[in-house]
Amino acid sequence: MNRNLITGAVLSGIFVAAALISFVWTPFDHSTLNIANKLKPPSGAHLLGTDHFGRDILSMIMVGARTSIAVAFVAVGIGMGVGVPLGLWAAARNGTWLDELIMRGNDLVFAFPSLVIAILITAIFGAGAVNAIIAIGIFNIPVFARITRGAALSLWQREFILAARVAGKSAARISGEHILPNVANLLIVQGTIQFSLGILAEAGLSYVGLGAQPPTPSWGRMLADAQTLVSIAPHMALVPGFAIIFTVLGLNLMGDGLRDLLDPRLRVARV
Amino acid sequence: MEFSQITFGRTGRRRTARIPSALMLRYTLKRFVSLVLSLVVASMVIFTVIEIAPGDPASFMLGINAQPETLAALRAELGLEGSKTTRYLAWIGGMVTGDFGTSYTYRTPVLDMVGDRLWVSLPLASLALLLSTLIAFPAGIYAASRRGQAGDMGVMGATQLGVAVPNFWFAMMLVLVFAINLRWFSAGGFVGWDKGLLAGLHALTLPAIALALPQAAILARVMRSSLLDVLGEDFMRTARAKGLSERQALWRHGLRNALIPVLTIIGLQFSFLLAGSIIIEQVFYLPGLGRLIFQSISARDLIVVESVVMLLVFSVIMMNFLVDLAYAAVDPRLRART
Repeated sequence: MNRNLITGAVLSGIFVAAALISFVWTPFDHSTLNIANKLKPPSGAHLLGTDHFGRDILSMIMVGARTSIAVAFVAVGIGMGVGVPLGLWAAARNGTWLDELIMRGNDLVFAFPSLVIAILITAIFGAGAVNAIIAIGIFNIPVFARITRGAALSLWQREFILAARVAGKSAARISGEHILPNVANLLIVQGTIQFSLGILAEAGLSYVGLGAQPPTPSWGRMLADAQTLVSIAPHMALVPGFAIIFTVLGLNLMGDGLRDLLDPRLRVARV
Repeated sequence: MEFSQITFGRTGRRRTARIPSALMLRYTLKRFVSLVLSLVVASMVIFTVIEIAPGDPASFMLGINAQPETLAALRAELGLEGSKTTRYLAWIGGMVTGDFGTSYTYRTPVLDMVGDRLWVSLPLASLALLLSTLIAFPAGIYAASRRGQAGDMGVMGATQLGVAVPNFWFAMMLVLVFAINLRWFSAGGFVGWDKGLLAGLHALTLPAIALALPQAAILARVMRSSLLDVLGEDFMRTARAKGLSERQALWRHGLRNALIPVLTIIGLQFSFLLAGSIIIEQVFYLPGLGRLIFQSISARDLIVVESVVMLLVFSVIMMNFLVDLAYAAVDPRLRART
């Protein structure tokens, strides 16, 4: 086992665990206001301090992890769910107009500054977690389509695929039964990376007020609240910031580790 | 190994430049057609999104008690009447001829509004691009030349962290340290270029640093891995065999060849910087394009949103087109492939 994978898995595991635990238990109720107790630095009672409404920051971070993880997870799901079949399809019809159409469509989505369009979608159809998911998810589609097609194309040249074709299997069956399992490793690695990008994107959108709406806590929103208070209560900005950094760092390390683990060729090449 | 890639000293540069240009012309034409197609499709997508957006700008401006006649008159004045096709063509035709329409709320030409804001956003993105290159090149080269050693691990660790830091959070930390505590910079706002170049640059320094950091981390990683790929090439061995030191071989032959993928990434980063500047402008209260988009959205000034977004998409597609051409000019293999 490699060090990146373990460090990454532990880091991101902490936040997944925090999100799951928050369903049954948080130190305090994350939405209870207690103005008398506002802007308290970390202490024994409130481990990570309180915000400008006296809410417990640790509890908000735990519930906020739910939002971040859910948005990024579903967005990756959309990207994979649409992108992978498109990529498989394009590879199976390599060189035809269909392949061309799919790939040019991908290039087009790629060319849009993703955040600009995400802002456009959420701003026009209303801010909220669902629109944020769709906006982030759309931009995951070309990533997965491209990576699937690239890997599938080289697989189509292999003997075992030829054997399957000789056996009379259709292109769709070959794609599902032989190509997909062989590109799965690549997809897992890319999925981890897109997951971390999704967390960053969600934080950015909710920071500008276009993500999850109050009272649902989200890390980006907590940072937006902290902005004007950063000089008197720096912990309000530090805690959500570190939560984002550690989660993203953990996922990226995990992606690197998985790549080394799942792709033996790279392992040899690195030595 | 492509012949034109084997470069000895200065002759190599001339040889790559003299490659017959029939292929290059064909390639340029092909890319141009796809550029135009991309722009047409992009404009249709943006137009459609704005079309299906709920809320009529005219009734938004006049309020709920407006008379139907007044409403109709305003709709006509704003160019909201007519079929979708006519309005799309009018919008596109206007953009091509430099008429971006008139803002619903301010009643001023969108082009003028964009022009003012561009003088904040463009210098900010350029400054950030410059900073990120200045940080990433030395860091990437250093890491590649110390491959596997402590220095390499240090740089790679730092870039891992750099990629994970949200730029708007980093911006807040910069404000906390350098504006609030040390008082070296102001915490936000823009003095305007008429106060002098230095004053303007001073106001953009913190935002540019915040914007540049994550991009520098990505760029340094690309620079490093690209250099490592090149260092394993045959021509590098040849360069060493003809008596160049490791360092000379790296500077004369390695860097030039490693730069190709790095340039592509720099081109792509342009779009990240533009998008990133939208959020960073919010942190620093800078009157740039990003603020304009947000203000227009909340005022339902959709013509401004539509035109500004189209402008951003145009610049990104254009940038990618130019990068593709530059890439083909440097690497002849690409021209032959398409």
